Amino acid sequence: MIRVVLTCVLFFVALPLRAEVDIKEVTSPGGIKAWLVEEPSIPFVALELRFKGGASLDAPGKRGATNLMMGLLEEGAGELDARGFARAAESLAASFSYTAGDDAVSVSARFLTENRDKAVDLLRLSLVDPTFPEQAVERVRGQVLSGLRSDMKDPNAIAGRAFKAMAFGDHPYGTPYEGSLESVSALTRDDLVAAHKAVLARDRLYVSAVGDITAEDLGVLLDTLLGDLPETGAPMPGPAELRLEGGVEVVEFDTPQSVAHFGQKGLERDDEDFFAAYVMNVILGGGGFESRLMTEVREKRGLTYGVYSYLVPKDHAALYLGSVASANDRIAEAISVIRAEWERLVEDGVTQDELDKAKALLTGAYPLRFDGNGAIARIMVGMQLDDLPIDYIKTRNDKVNAVTREDVNRVARELLDPEGLQFVVAGKPEGL
Amino acid sequence: MMRFLAGVAACAMAALPLRAEEQVTDFRLENGMQVVVIEDHRAPVVMHMVWYRAGAADETPGVSGVAHFLEHLLFKGTETLEPGEFSATVAANGGRDNAFTSYDYTAYFQRIAADRLELMMKMESDRMVNLQLDEEDILTEREVIIEERNQRVENSPAALMREQLDAAQYLNHRYGVPIIGWRHEMETLSLEDALAYYEKFYAPNNAILVVAGDVDPDEVHALAKTYYGVLPPNPDLGERVRPVEPPQTAARRMVFEDPRVAQDYVRRSYLAPERDPGAQETAAALTILAEILGGGTTSFFAEKLQFDEQLAVYTGAWYGGTSLDDTTFDLIVVPKDGIGLDEAEEAMDRTLRDFMETGVDPEQLDRIKMQLRASQIYARDDVESIANRYGRALTSGLTIADVKAWPEILEAVTEEDILQAAEMVFALDNSVTGWLRAPQAAMEVNQ
Repeated sequence: MIRVVLTCVLFFVALPLRAEVDIKEVTSPGGIKAWLVEEPSIPFVALELRFKGGASLDAPGKRGATNLMMGLLEEGAGELDARGFARAAESLAASFSYTAGDDAVSVSARFLTENRDKAVDLLRLSLVDPTFPEQAVERVRGQVLSGLRSDMKDPNAIAGRAFKAMAFGDHPYGTPYEGSLESVSALTRDDLVAAHKAVLARDRLYVSAVGDITAEDLGVLLDTLLGDLPETGAPMPGPAELRLEGGVEVVEFDTPQSVAHFGQKGLERDDEDFFAAYVMNVILGGGGFESRLMTEVREKRGLTYGVYSYLVPKDHAALYLGSVASANDRIAEAISVIRAEWERLVEDGVTQDELDKAKALLTGAYPLRFDGNGAIARIMVGMQLDDLPIDYIKTRNDKVNAVTREDVNRVARELLDPEGLQFVVAGKPEGL
Repeated sequence: MMRFLAGVAACAMAALPLRAEEQVTDFRLENGMQVVVIEDHRAPVVMHMVWYRAGAADETPGVSGVAHFLEHLLFKGTETLEPGEFSATVAANGGRDNAFTSYDYTAYFQRIAADRLELMMKMESDRMVNLQLDEEDILTEREVIIEERNQRVENSPAALMREQLDAAQYLNHRYGVPIIGWRHEMETLSLEDALAYYEKFYAPNNAILVVAGDVDPDEVHALAKTYYGVLPPNPDLGERVRPVEPPQTAARRMVFEDPRVAQDYVRRSYLAPERDPGAQETAAALTILAEILGGGTTSFFAEKLQFDEQLAVYTGAWYGGTSLDDTTFDLIVVPKDGIGLDEAEEAMDRTLRDFMETGVDPEQLDRIKMQLRASQIYARDDVESIANRYGRALTSGLTIADVKAWPEILEAVTEEDILQAAEMVFALDNSVTGWLRAPQAAMEVNQ
């Protein structure tokens, strides 16, 4: 039973730690770019691929196609059926994972140096030559539908879905990327083939690799693995209009503890105030035990096990979101405390002490993220998706340290909107 | 393949174990505290953990949940630290801290820059003996753990069913009582209950220090002597003896109904032996048996029920061998829409019989062993998983020699060993079978 939460307060120490990661940009002979960290001490490579656009590229009426397509890549490829593919991967002790998301689809791979070529050939089959056999489509469709039915009876999923729908209406962000029972049931093999063409194209590809491989070998690997993907895919979706109006919406569901998702407009990742907002959020609800929300809702009042807030700069809309869960007879109080904290931050800003602590936490914790080949590869591919420069890691803590109290207080006034803060509650809340 | 039924899959067997001798040093302080150091010098980071040989199964009857409650209260304060100051200090130093409680252990950890190790030891050794609590801490934090129970259990029919299943499996042993506690007992947990548990179990001779990361074993030894070595052992600790299960002589069955169930399933647990010091062979065979039967797309259950007969959307098997006392071997079959639970259970039994007749596919066993060997390479990328493995093993009655021997014992498992272990464990008289479904009347209304 992990105590989900972490903390910050009190004394400060100079933090000498800097993240030192030596990233090289590699361009393959065929023109595919990747970021590489060579780490030969353990004989394996972690490889991360992202294709921007992701499930938001679902064609009209085909919601869930990208997700189902990604779930089928390893379920039949080239001459191999699902079991043949799985056996081959096991024999190589390679692992591959394929997932969909709103803004990108992800492929993660891990393979040993001793059988790298075979592992890459196998992975290539799944990306370039998936066959979507009918039996596999039905089997994986059944798994997706089962998951969707479970979500319909899960208060957290219910609140999350209702929130999305209110926020984004008809934009793909307004519905789950897994699709609905109806849309997934209606998907055909042709839809999956079309989704594969639309989503897995080289003009939206980002790659990172960490481990026992040279730049030269990685170049060759990239061309083998990805050279046969189509050059272009579907056009990106347009911006999503945020339609939240504030207030509390209840979705009745008979369960003892209500789950609330809340949110308002956020900030784009490239906004000049992004770091000020990021530091502000650590103080308000993102920093662990000492965040204001955690202190007021959990530590002082015992109203919840956890309450959090987070900035969500998506590709086509920027959100500031949070969540909390409290017993049905206590959720109303939790919500009113959260709203009061929104107001207090707008009116009074943060103290210098809070700001110093938040910076110490952020800057000290940053280097701890780079603690394994897989972790570093995921961070590097994320940096590319966010369009950050290759030397970002070296400058990131300076950007945090440059944030002033005036910046945070101004951003709090400009960004936070206590009136416009929208709550969606799933449960049987009392007094709302 | 889709990730499926997170709650169920999360219980699946942990990653296969590894050989890690070259990175691991261990020693014992004079007061009895055991120390394990795992080196990884790639990043200037350290994981500092203290594991207590005390968990929920060490509680006395009537105060279920007190081990976990105390874990929360350890963040409240000591004679020299204000409530919350512990975690605040970790954060001010750019670190993260947390804790977790299971049946056989309670563990506290901080992940932080390696040059802050001394400060972590100073604070962690302080709260091992100097905890300071008042009535108010108790009352608010009790509300928090009740909300935690709401979140993890009351809001989840699968978790509620699991509690009932465990309670039915263990008639006499505390593994039948939830770690987080029965709600009615949690509601009356008192300061005295928490302190009684603390005073009995929180002592250096009942603790294991695990330090993993960019550290030098000699320096860790010196620091450990300074901070932990000076703490007095608890001479009254005694042997860790718990009530023993009586022989199970009848199959137990249950049907758990809840209107919030969207996906029916049948799951079964069999009482099974755990890894014992110097005698891990049977547990090794059961570990590989679980992989063979339910370890993913190529497993025996998936082949038969998801691919050939197409009756199930998901199947699984898992075995938790790292346990102080008798553990369980579990099976699950999640039927496709339109397939009844009676049919699903019948398919489970039929598939088991099939397996006993067919035996082990030698190619599958080879692939599993290949993955076992590879997992020893991959594990070197994740010293925290090695730290956890030692912590769990040493709090579950095993020795460092047992942990080091485990990969070779797994490697030596033969087809015959696996079948013998299967023969022993798959006796219905040794099992609990549970059905999870929505109430039948409600389902008819829906249709």
